[in-house]
Amino acid sequence: MSTEILNGNHTAAYAAFLCDVDVVAAYPITPQTPVVELIAEFVESGRLKARFIRVESEHSAMSVCVGAAFAGARTFTATASQGLALMHEVLHWAAGARLPIVMCNVNRALGSPWSIWADYSDSAAQRDTGWLQVYCKDNQEILDSVIQGYRISEDSRVLLPVMVCYEGFILSHTYMPVHLPPREEILDYAPKKKPSWALNFDAPYTHGNLVLPVHFQHLRRQMHEAMQMARKVIVEAVDEFRKRFGRFHGALVETYQMEDAEHAIVSIGSLGAESFLAVDLLREEGLRVGAVRVRFYRPFPSEELRQLLKEVHSVTVFDRFASYGKGGMLSVEVRDALFELEDPPAVHGYIVGLGGVDVPYTVLADFVRRTVKDYAKVKRREEVIML
Amino acid sequence: MKLPFGLPREEFLLPGHTACPGCGATIALRIVMKALGPRTVFVIPACCSTVIQGIFPGSSFAVPVVNIPFEAAAAVAAGVSAALEQLGEKDFSVVAWAGDGGTFDIGLQALSGAAERNDNILYICYDNEMYSNTGIQRSSATPIGAWTTTTPTGKREHKKDLLRIVSAHHVPYAATATIAFPKDLYEKVRKARQIRGFKFLHILTPCPVGWRFDASKTVEISRLAVQTGYWALYEIEHGKLRISPAFTPYLDKSRRKPIDEFLKHQLRFRTMTPELKAELERAIEEGIERLKREAELV
Repeated sequence: MSTEILNGNHTAAYAAFLCDVDVVAAYPITPQTPVVELIAEFVESGRLKARFIRVESEHSAMSVCVGAAFAGARTFTATASQGLALMHEVLHWAAGARLPIVMCNVNRALGSPWSIWADYSDSAAQRDTGWLQVYCKDNQEILDSVIQGYRISEDSRVLLPVMVCYEGFILSHTYMPVHLPPREEILDYAPKKKPSWALNFDAPYTHGNLVLPVHFQHLRRQMHEAMQMARKVIVEAVDEFRKRFGRFHGALVETYQMEDAEHAIVSIGSLGAESFLAVDLLREEGLRVGAVRVRFYRPFPSEELRQLLKEVHSVTVFDRFASYGKGGMLSVEVRDALFELEDPPAVHGYIVGLGGVDVPYTVLADFVRRTVKDYAKVKRREEVIML
Repeated sequence: MKLPFGLPREEFLLPGHTACPGCGATIALRIVMKALGPRTVFVIPACCSTVIQGIFPGSSFAVPVVNIPFEAAAAVAAGVSAALEQLGEKDFSVVAWAGDGGTFDIGLQALSGAAERNDNILYICYDNEMYSNTGIQRSSATPIGAWTTTTPTGKREHKKDLLRIVSAHHVPYAATATIAFPKDLYEKVRKARQIRGFKFLHILTPCPVGWRFDASKTVEISRLAVQTGYWALYEIEHGKLRISPAFTPYLDKSRRKPIDEFLKHQLRFRTMTPELKAELERAIEEGIERLKREAELV
């Protein structure tokens, strides 16, 4: 194993390299571009024996990936923001066709107006496409999630694409030490698997032709069941990963100081890393606070959240995306997960950090103090916070 | 034993397809499939062939088929081709089989991308000159003067010259064809199959439903399109333009049939004004003169 100092984007490119992908198709977009540039170097230097197709749009990037995955190739792409939005139609197609593709999305706000900085409005808007979504808190997790992503995605019990999300600039352009396991060990952990239905001239199938309503619904139900099954496959994959490589970022969630917590923070992505620091600060002040970082947003960790949060008095949820006319998407789903509890905790949702607004842990701690003060009177709260 | 025109007997378009009676696209499809054989992947965007292949769990295609979104044909085909090569497959064809809407309009960007990258695919546009699957709306392949449901008084603009747009990408092979000349079509597909890189074939496929003619006349209309000069048969190989033998006689205006012979069977041209007809005739004449110049025949 070697350790390199890498930014998030170069980590993503290394992940594709170490997983020995067969086909890469990508289009440059800020802040994802260095992923594409490094993959181009890997391919042109001959270190990565892959086909790299420099497409003319993100719609075509995902279309090439769809074609390559149909043929049974291990396929990778990366995008961000407007690019992900342009892919939208094909994202549905990839999941509906049950194609095991892994894609990195470098989270960046959607226009208008133009912003190049981080929030989750891009990937959150793709929540219902049938992709598994994992959100990373540091560069090591980007590498490990891509590796785990191929194992989960190509598992015959899942066969759904995986989107590995990390925030633009906050992770994409920040350098950290990243441990890179040898390629053979990675390929032993996540061996390439060709789906049984991959294109075959001797057994020709027609994929995706018109289906009658009853068949369509059946196929969609299978998709939902595969997503449910993915919960189990994710747990198996991260356990095996921990055994082999000694690292663990959580399965569907990562927890911090939750054992005796009376109040909890729930957040996602790099906000999750900040929330752990906020916990340390608040504990120094004598508040029993713990944190849950939602790692997989799809499948959503409802059961995990129910178990972890059933005893706490309050939950403070930090969202980096908004559903206009409703509120923070994460806080909505956290409340839904807790609905079955006999005496659910107060859930205070704060929308923070849109378009790249910096959210240090001290700010998170301020809002937790507020929640702790008035949770008994205020059962729910939805606020967009201007910092 | 071979079929007429030397076509092989083996069929890859199976009985039970759901095309309309007299469908020109289906005739083209049958010939193209014979020319390509069993080691062929069809990539099909939204178009009539989405319907023609039949309903799940059935299929009228005896080769692998990938159905994909409307504007994605060229890109998906590029992905299939690259992946099969990467996985070590040899001697196969990947065909993007798209209508004119998916080629001239919504799929033009992906087509241009794949052509410029010289991706190893055969892109075939079967051109029925309108959005026929949605029920006869104008596309940029619809000819001047033609009625469609979105041009109820006749289209005012010329058909886009797609083959020249594609050949401007320096592709190794681009050609036109139509179903009344099956040997010409068959041989062009066979030739394209042997060439590495981006190949483009533009096939005129008359549509009885959309063009408003009797379903028994599909081949006749296709033949008249060539005989009147409405549809020229030629190929551009590595930049070199060659008139196809089947079209050579009609380079001579005196041997061409009047355009009315082509138009009169089709009710879509019923409301065509004399001005628009004159404009169509002028464009045909100009197009053929240009072909002659580029083929260095004058």
